Amino acid sequence: MDRTIITVVGKDCVGIIARVCTYLAKNQVNILDISQTIVQGFFNMMMIVDTNECPKNFTEFATDLEELGREIGVAIKAQREDIFDMMHRI
Amino acid sequence: MININEVIETNQMIEHENLDVRTITLGISLLDCIDSNLSELNRRIYEKITATAKNLVGVGTELERRYGIPIVNKRISITPAALIGASACKGPEDFVAIARTLDRAAAEVGVNFIGGFSALVSKGMTQADRNLILAIPEALAVTERVCSSVNVGSTKTGIDMDAVKLLGEVILATAERTKEKDSLGCAKLVVFCNAPDDNPFMAGAFHGVTEGDAVINVGVSGPGVVKKALESVRGEGFEELCETIKKTAFKITRVGQLVAREASKMLHVPFGIVDLSLAPTPAIGDSVAEILKEIGLEHPGAPGTTAALALLNDQVKKGGVMASSYVGGLSGAFIPVSEDQGMIDAVQAGALTLEKLEAMTCVCSVGLDMIAIPGDTKASTISGIIADEMAIGMVNQKTTAVRLIPVIGKGVGDIVEFGGLLGYAPIMPVNSFSCEAFTGRGGRIPAPIHSFKN
Repeated sequence: MDRTIITVVGKDCVGIIARVCTYLAKNQVNILDISQTIVQGFFNMMMIVDTNECPKNFTEFATDLEELGREIGVAIKAQREDIFDMMHRI
Repeated sequence: MININEVIETNQMIEHENLDVRTITLGISLLDCIDSNLSELNRRIYEKITATAKNLVGVGTELERRYGIPIVNKRISITPAALIGASACKGPEDFVAIARTLDRAAAEVGVNFIGGFSALVSKGMTQADRNLILAIPEALAVTERVCSSVNVGSTKTGIDMDAVKLLGEVILATAERTKEKDSLGCAKLVVFCNAPDDNPFMAGAFHGVTEGDAVINVGVSGPGVVKKALESVRGEGFEELCETIKKTAFKITRVGQLVAREASKMLHVPFGIVDLSLAPTPAIGDSVAEILKEIGLEHPGAPGTTAALALLNDQVKKGGVMASSYVGGLSGAFIPVSEDQGMIDAVQAGALTLEKLEAMTCVCSVGLDMIAIPGDTKASTISGIIADEMAIGMVNQKTTAVRLIPVIGKGVGDIVEFGGLLGYAPIMPVNSFSCEAFTGRGGRIPAPIHSFKN
């Protein structure tokens, strides 16, 4: 399974999760886990998603999410899960 | 499953602490390009490099996107050119022609540096080695991306003092030939003792003859991450200090390991090593000097600096070797002057001298690096400094290197600006007492004895 971590960082406002989830649903991306926290006054959300069925390639997918982030006024980043696994798991 | 705090920690390192992959370096063997006809040799070199490295930059960019981490440089290293050109090159000008070919090939595939305009002369020089060394000033002046290195000594062979003497002159000639650019040519020339075959970092990278046809070596960095981590153990004992450096080095190296593995897969080129060096840049917060200050020194150069650096270097290695089974290259803390804002500050404050830097090189990788000295320094003095540094490497069985920049037309107190990753540097004073009779003796310093160590 191609697992991707999506992070959303910014000022909290209504509808952030809804907008991101709508985009993911449209692109056949399944959400496996969502968590959120506030760090130094900023809204931090992390999603673990399965991009196996996504028709777009990773660069398009990541660019779309960045663009969506700009529209909402938050920073959205998509990264393959491996980088976190490598760094935090032996 | 990965949790949100781990994700935040990684992204914090990337976004705020300058964690990056410093370089993906593709090593390419040019042994199969050898021909006695110079134009045929040049054609083969160009074709081999552009064919092997055509996807390098694209793969680097794709990996940046995939993992959200900057891959600052994509580079190439080649088999030492003195070997490749030995049959075809009748004089230094023929080696300059090879340098031009390397420059064109590097530009074609979009890499910013190509290393391996090199000669390995730790025991003696062939005529081809000598011609290549003599070609260095012109080669570095007429090319933009070519980097040069010469290995003049090793623990097994001793130090070739004829080469050391010649290189003192060649460094000055390179400075003179590139004087309109503040002698920038010298920033692309490294003199080594015990040079590693798989170093991915410039300017000293070359693809050793013991390597395969092509190999991917990756250099990671992240002094800012170590500095930030150490802020959390201020005032704690050495055990906590060491533990923190080790853990951080582990995390940094794992990223390098991942990128190396994926790059290797995508390029269909075997993975060689991860070089886990802490390589600073002039950017604020990307400094090895700042780590030394965090460990407890007012400035690098203060008493205690050598001990602090020894500790740092060792912990980086201990954390790194756990993270990757194939660690190689230089691996440790780099202490260049011009590329590290904290080092520049220390020189300007009067805390750091050339002599203290020499002491620091006994315990770190790599050596006297990116140090600007007065342009009127004598060639024999430069040879003497090289000889000292080579002796440290030879006796301690470690890699040492010298990258000095005698800046023509400038003296102590002046500042020289190299730009970009090379940074800027105050010109440092050099001990001006003569060593001419020493460096002029000719011949070779014998290899040291390996028992009776004290």
